[in-house]
Amino acid sequence: MSDEFSLNDVQLDALREIGNVGAGNSATALSQVINRRIDMNVPKVSLVPLDMVPDLVGGPDAIVVGVFLRVYGKAPGNILFLLPQQSAYYLVDTLMGKPHGATNKLDFMDESALMEIGNILAGAYLNAFYTFTNISMLPSIPALAMDMAGAILNVVLVQLGTMGDQALVIETEFLSEDDGINGHFFLVPDPGSLETIMNAVGVE
Amino acid sequence: MPELIRVGMADYKVGRAPDTLISYGLGSCIGISLYDPQAKVGGLLHIMLPDSTQARPTDNPAKFADTGLPLMLGDVLQLGASRSRLVAKIAGGSQMFAFANATDIMRVGARNAEAAKKVLRSLNIRLIAEDTGGTYGRTVQINLETGIYTVKTIDKGEKEI
Repeated sequence: MSDEFSLNDVQLDALREIGNVGAGNSATALSQVINRRIDMNVPKVSLVPLDMVPDLVGGPDAIVVGVFLRVYGKAPGNILFLLPQQSAYYLVDTLMGKPHGATNKLDFMDESALMEIGNILAGAYLNAFYTFTNISMLPSIPALAMDMAGAILNVVLVQLGTMGDQALVIETEFLSEDDGINGHFFLVPDPGSLETIMNAVGVE
Repeated sequence: MPELIRVGMADYKVGRAPDTLISYGLGSCIGISLYDPQAKVGGLLHIMLPDSTQARPTDNPAKFADTGLPLMLGDVLQLGASRSRLVAKIAGGSQMFAFANATDIMRVGARNAEAAKKVLRSLNIRLIAEDTGGTYGRTVQINLETGIYTVKTIDKGEKEI
């Protein structure tokens, strides 16, 4: 199997492009749902030591809302959409048509709305992923937690931890035009999935 | 000046009074502390997984309960701790996302807690306090002056065990 710890430039480019197409689709979907322009940065594809991953989202004790989906198919993995607490509240206000600042804790409906956003983002992402790689994948039902970033990322990292000490992370940052929403979308392929993805796009 | 020493994921640190060892944002991970109240030395280990039997030889031993604890024990003894006086406390091991069909990997928190206790028993170290399980994250710290192990959460407040 390909060694994840020695990705060459061509492989990194291929993954970045997959991330780009996937996240572009997701950003469009999100922007349609909330009727606001959503910008995204160029996806970062990186091999990160497991213990450094929480630092990508503000440190292990930053309070975030995480929507987690397991990805099933030929190249299984995990999707995690992370929002800082204030961004999550802002997004809920936007979705529910409330004045900004109205939400200061999440009730059942709010959580459900955020999970649906996770669902929409993941669906759009995986659709694009399919167009690009011809690998069809399905997301699980979303699950949501609001807690410390380190604790939430544990869920993903533990699975990788059984296989190594580094995580291959395809990360995109979303930003709404008024800066109120700032989210991080992670696709973390399972260790064995990388080879499948590389073969599918014809990169060695 | 007392120092606050950070312990990362799959890592451990040892030290002596008046320092404090801290590890942020544990989910299914477990923070295992060892402390000798007389010598006032101790350590904090942040494990991710229960056992290293499936691990590759290149893996970081501090990631697992069964390989991490003996390592930290050795370092704590070297700082002057007495094995018979050492006491352990553990916290963490939650399940952050509730899935109806939770797989083994989702239940890793509970398995981590079991493994931590088993390894402590096999090393003949007394476990005197525990705060494990639940569905929330924890930040843990051990004060090497007092031996107090503080567990902080976002919604359930802070407690000392």
